[in-house]
Amino acid sequence: MNRPRAKNSHRRPLGCNQNVLGNEPADDAHRQKEPPVLIRITDPAHATEAEATDEALYLNRRSVLTGMALAGLLPTAACAQEKGPTLPRLAARRTRNLNETLTSYDSVTHYNNFYEFGTGKEDPARNAGRLRTRPWTLRIDGLVNKPQTIDIDRLRRLFPLEERVYRMRCVEAWSMVIPWVGYPLGPLLKLADPLGKAKYVAFETLNDPAQMPGQRSRVLKWPYVEGLRLDEALHPLTMIAVGLYGSILPNQNGAPLRLVVPWKYGFKGIKSITRIRLTDRMPPTSWNRSAPGEYGFYANVNPAVDHPRWSQASERRIGEFRKRKTLPFNGYGAEVAGLYRGLDLARNY
Amino acid sequence: MAPKWPGFTGGWTLPAITEGKVLRRWGIQLVMALPLALLGWRWAMVLGGADPRLSNLTAEPVDYTINFLGLWALRSLWLTLAITPLRQLTGWSWLAPWRRPLGLWAFAYGVLHLLVYFELDQGGEIDLLLIDVAKHNFILLGMSALLLILPLALTSTHKLIKRLGGKRWQNLHRLIYPAAILASIHFVLRVKGFQWEPWLYAGLLAALLGLRGYRKLSR
Repeated sequence: MNRPRAKNSHRRPLGCNQNVLGNEPADDAHRQKEPPVLIRITDPAHATEAEATDEALYLNRRSVLTGMALAGLLPTAACAQEKGPTLPRLAARRTRNLNETLTSYDSVTHYNNFYEFGTGKEDPARNAGRLRTRPWTLRIDGLVNKPQTIDIDRLRRLFPLEERVYRMRCVEAWSMVIPWVGYPLGPLLKLADPLGKAKYVAFETLNDPAQMPGQRSRVLKWPYVEGLRLDEALHPLTMIAVGLYGSILPNQNGAPLRLVVPWKYGFKGIKSITRIRLTDRMPPTSWNRSAPGEYGFYANVNPAVDHPRWSQASERRIGEFRKRKTLPFNGYGAEVAGLYRGLDLARNY
Repeated sequence: MAPKWPGFTGGWTLPAITEGKVLRRWGIQLVMALPLALLGWRWAMVLGGADPRLSNLTAEPVDYTINFLGLWALRSLWLTLAITPLRQLTGWSWLAPWRRPLGLWAFAYGVLHLLVYFELDQGGEIDLLLIDVAKHNFILLGMSALLLILPLALTSTHKLIKRLGGKRWQNLHRLIYPAAILASIHFVLRVKGFQWEPWLYAGLLAALLGLRGYRKLSR
């Protein structure tokens, strides 16, 4: 296969922690029972570090490095920067690119806000291993003609999978560039045939403290709920993601399916969705319920409207030290600004 | 001749070490410098090309650093406030000389906290900083706390205590109480949703201030 390499192609470099599918992946959070979608084999021509070095020397150096790493004085793994996904691959066609550097897979999967697994940024990667994403069903009901319960295996095959590179802007003024895998939400909703009076879409995350230890804390009211206006939900940019970086979603990123709305703050992108309900009323949303003065229903990325505690005019791209200017609607204004014509965005934040 | 270290009044003699005087005086400096040294070491690795997350600074080392420095400013301030009640409860008078270094460490961590925020969060632009202070109470509170302990840090030498006079010096240094209260609210406002950590610090502060109030009233 001689496809030209994309500018920000994320093919894994060879020689570094290449797990053949079927082997246990290194990260706990990745221990999912998933059927292998594609077999990946280490290039036999490429010698590993262990093979290229005299064994005694190799082992000795290893133990010294491990000791220093344990003492917190050295980076914990030599190869992790180049580590790519070890989860089953998904066949997807890239339909949307972005001329910006991708945030590394390691950062995308180890810097998360997913309070169901703890409030620390690295908690989800540590604690999401207990989440069982199979079997999993999504319920679509409410104001629809055909309520549905869809199994995750079927859900992944309902529509052709697309890879889309989107910016992700967190309300906390940091951002990433992520190659999501999924499809637009619109066709999925239309499967359930929404009634004419349906005006909003309400989403709900799994509620199970046994699998989501963070739900034992009262940091938010559980389950996490989110919502969109129906026209926002039907917008072609709005997508249901089932993967990132060409592989199925790691648990800490919202497996097995999550919402991605690139022109809104990240907290709108509800994770591990179990239910989608169509309704005629603006549904409650978790962060708005928690602090209505700080987080609105719309939560469109808007550099002109500050959070009460910090400015939204700029953001730090993960991997960079200095901040950059935040774009209105996170740079998607040409496609989505029309949705909000006549709406006062300072009041409807 | 016994070598004299700055701030160290006794001679560098064996009895002083065995009596623990050296350890007591310099131990506290060492302990308070450790977090900073650790942070510095991690940054040295990152600037040398190591991955920030694997150097224990998370994928977003700037935010981690600002939080780290702020938290240690808070911890030092709380420890400063804990010396007097602890001394009164236990009778350990050797704790008394720790109060000044702890207070100075609180100021040092606070200044570093401000500097990193100013340089990397506000782009080193003074007008952006002032706008941030003016627009966000959260920032205003932190800044006020630091400004309140600035005169305390500046008047911490023996010479200035003498020049101000014990009573006036003591009155001035009561500014630590409002500073700690403002810093505590600043921390509560820092987190999203309900999180217990800032409230734990607020509770500890309430206890430390409450003990003082109780003592004053019962006298």
